[in-house]
Amino acid sequence: MILNGSEILANVLIEEGVDTVFGYPGGAVLNIYDALYKYSDKITHYMTAHEQGAAHAADGYARSTGKTGVVIATSGPGATNLVTGIATAYMDSVPMVAITGNVSTPLIGCDSFQEVYITGITMPITKHNFVVRKVEDLADTLRDAFRIAASGRPGPVLVDIPKDITAAKTTYFPKEKSNAPLRSDKVVGDVEEIAELINRAERPFIYFGGGVRLSEASAELRELILKADIPAAYTLMAAGVLGYGERNNLGLMGMHGNYSANCAANRADVMIAIGTRFSDRVALNTQKFGHNAKIVHIDIDSAEINKNITADYTIIGDVKAVLRKLNPMIKEVKHDAWLKNIAEWKRDDYIPEDSNEVLKPHFIIETACKQAGEDAIFVTDVGQHQMWAAQFLHHTKPRNFLTSGGLGTMGYGYGAAIGAQVANPDVPVIHFTSDGSFHMNMNELCTAVSYKIPVITVILNNAVLGMVRQWQAVFYGRRFSSSEPERVTNYAKVAEGFGGIGYRCETPAEFEAAMAEALKANGPVWIECVVDREEKVLPMIPAGGTVHDTIFK
Amino acid sequence: MKKQCMVLLVENNAGVLARISSLFVQRGFNIDSLTVSPTEIESLSRITIETTGDTKTINQIIKQTAKLNESKLVFSVEPEFSLIREILLVKFATDNKNADKLAEVIAAYGAKIIDNTGGCFVVELSDTPHKIDDFLDEVKGFELIEMCRSGAIAMERGSVAYDI
Repeated sequence: MILNGSEILANVLIEEGVDTVFGYPGGAVLNIYDALYKYSDKITHYMTAHEQGAAHAADGYARSTGKTGVVIATSGPGATNLVTGIATAYMDSVPMVAITGNVSTPLIGCDSFQEVYITGITMPITKHNFVVRKVEDLADTLRDAFRIAASGRPGPVLVDIPKDITAAKTTYFPKEKSNAPLRSDKVVGDVEEIAELINRAERPFIYFGGGVRLSEASAELRELILKADIPAAYTLMAAGVLGYGERNNLGLMGMHGNYSANCAANRADVMIAIGTRFSDRVALNTQKFGHNAKIVHIDIDSAEINKNITADYTIIGDVKAVLRKLNPMIKEVKHDAWLKNIAEWKRDDYIPEDSNEVLKPHFIIETACKQAGEDAIFVTDVGQHQMWAAQFLHHTKPRNFLTSGGLGTMGYGYGAAIGAQVANPDVPVIHFTSDGSFHMNMNELCTAVSYKIPVITVILNNAVLGMVRQWQAVFYGRRFSSSEPERVTNYAKVAEGFGGIGYRCETPAEFEAAMAEALKANGPVWIECVVDREEKVLPMIPAGGTVHDTIFK
Repeated sequence: MKKQCMVLLVENNAGVLARISSLFVQRGFNIDSLTVSPTEIESLSRITIETTGDTKTINQIIKQTAKLNESKLVFSVEPEFSLIREILLVKFATDNKNADKLAEVIAAYGAKIIDNTGGCFVVELSDTPHKIDDFLDEVKGFELIEMCRSGAIAMERGSVAYDI
């Protein structure tokens, strides 16, 4: 069948099972958008307000489903606007295929209108990227891109297609989507030795991260935790891998994690790190983190082994495959004394104060969580509200908490929430944001309105850049440099102006009522919550510190 | 800190060198020398890199480069099991007084005078990077006008064969 490059692109998307793409049209992708018009019965395209929003939408779509997200942008500024979204996906190992148009082949290198060397720009923030130079290579390049994005440790892949290639014709040979497994069962390392170490441990501790979610290994992890009676704490990327309140689930660890979880990490004699990378937000001090423990590091990416800390024992492999091999060698034991120890630390865990008059951050998060129900998907931007959401949501499902962990992208949330809602039309999607983050990408409300995407945005408005201000308050003598912008944005009016619904709440009762209304509305809603600017994210371990440096007030 | 020579067999695509050098800059790895050449397999290029770092950094360099989609094989080259060679071209101004002395040093190192015009010697030496350093030390007293060296290429001794 003779097709042009754009039609081949559409056909390969269909081969790969893609029925939803996000993007923004432009000169270099006119042919591609013409093909999307032709194939609109099979592929739904969501046009955002800004390419960054589209990239985050593809990311939210991917994180909430496990499928590969697809974003399309034109050359030049369209492509550069994707950069933050691609880098966000890269840092959090999100499978994504970004397709950019470029100027026609003869114009490349001539500083042509809207030309940019996007493969050069995105080299350090993609798992791989391609320039398609011949239409004959297009189909297989796209298939490779999907394969690379989803396999092993996932990540974004960019395919840059010059405009003449999108118009050139060639024979299209359809292919079935490859059904080779995305991750091999190969396990490198002495599993038996590690099983023995765990069996002999008196104070074992599991520190797990996003790799467990990507490997869909919740059940295997739970089996290990229960069989050997091991307490476990998670990183931001693994919230929901274990259910809230499950036995031995110590909750979040790290800079703003539970004091008891960080104490356990500090006191453990064997630390089993699973699908995680000892980032500076958890292993804040690489010399002292887990210093009483023999450290076992299990990860699919061998480059993570001995990168940030030196492990005593290592296993390279997919978490699920490793745990399936390890678990049968683990003895059923109880660690009552150790768990009692941890229970004592728990008494010192930070508990925020309640209020009947003013809106407290934990009340907002907990109320939204309770009202939205177990199946709801929660998305955050970045800053104080993000940490409060991580701390106070009752995470129950591995794919229901979407947040930019590695890159820490303010402005991530709204696009990601839209992507997640498109992928999951039947569950509530709650987007927590703040006045700082939301001013970056609130324009995506037009997208939510146009497509009737009922994302509920809860804005924790403390009128300042809360996290920046918190650091300035604690470490910079309360010199609030550029963190108190004195904005007077009327969120309800802005929401209305875009065609959405807006509420403003100052009391717990008002928020409860607004949230209930929002869940009934069939369209996007903003709820502005007035929060005191002195509210802090606690506890907090300063950068480079240890659990002994924890700040409680 | 140690010096380490490593070999990368990579797909012979446009941009592959940019990708590797970008990775080195991004992660703060050193490149002391870098050589790219064709191989016995048409679709592959062979990149030889000399780098400096502690053991942990060298291990990271090898793992991070091996992770690139276009890397087919990455291995470190240990001098005791390998042949590492570099080419030096160096130009000296000569007068009658020192020409003989210089020629002696050149002969002692097995270097060749490949041009002798305009009152200059152009000397070629192919040897280990270490030997080339020694040679350059030895000729310090002579009037060196211009110098360039190729960067290392390396091959393991014996019947060791890689499998791609």
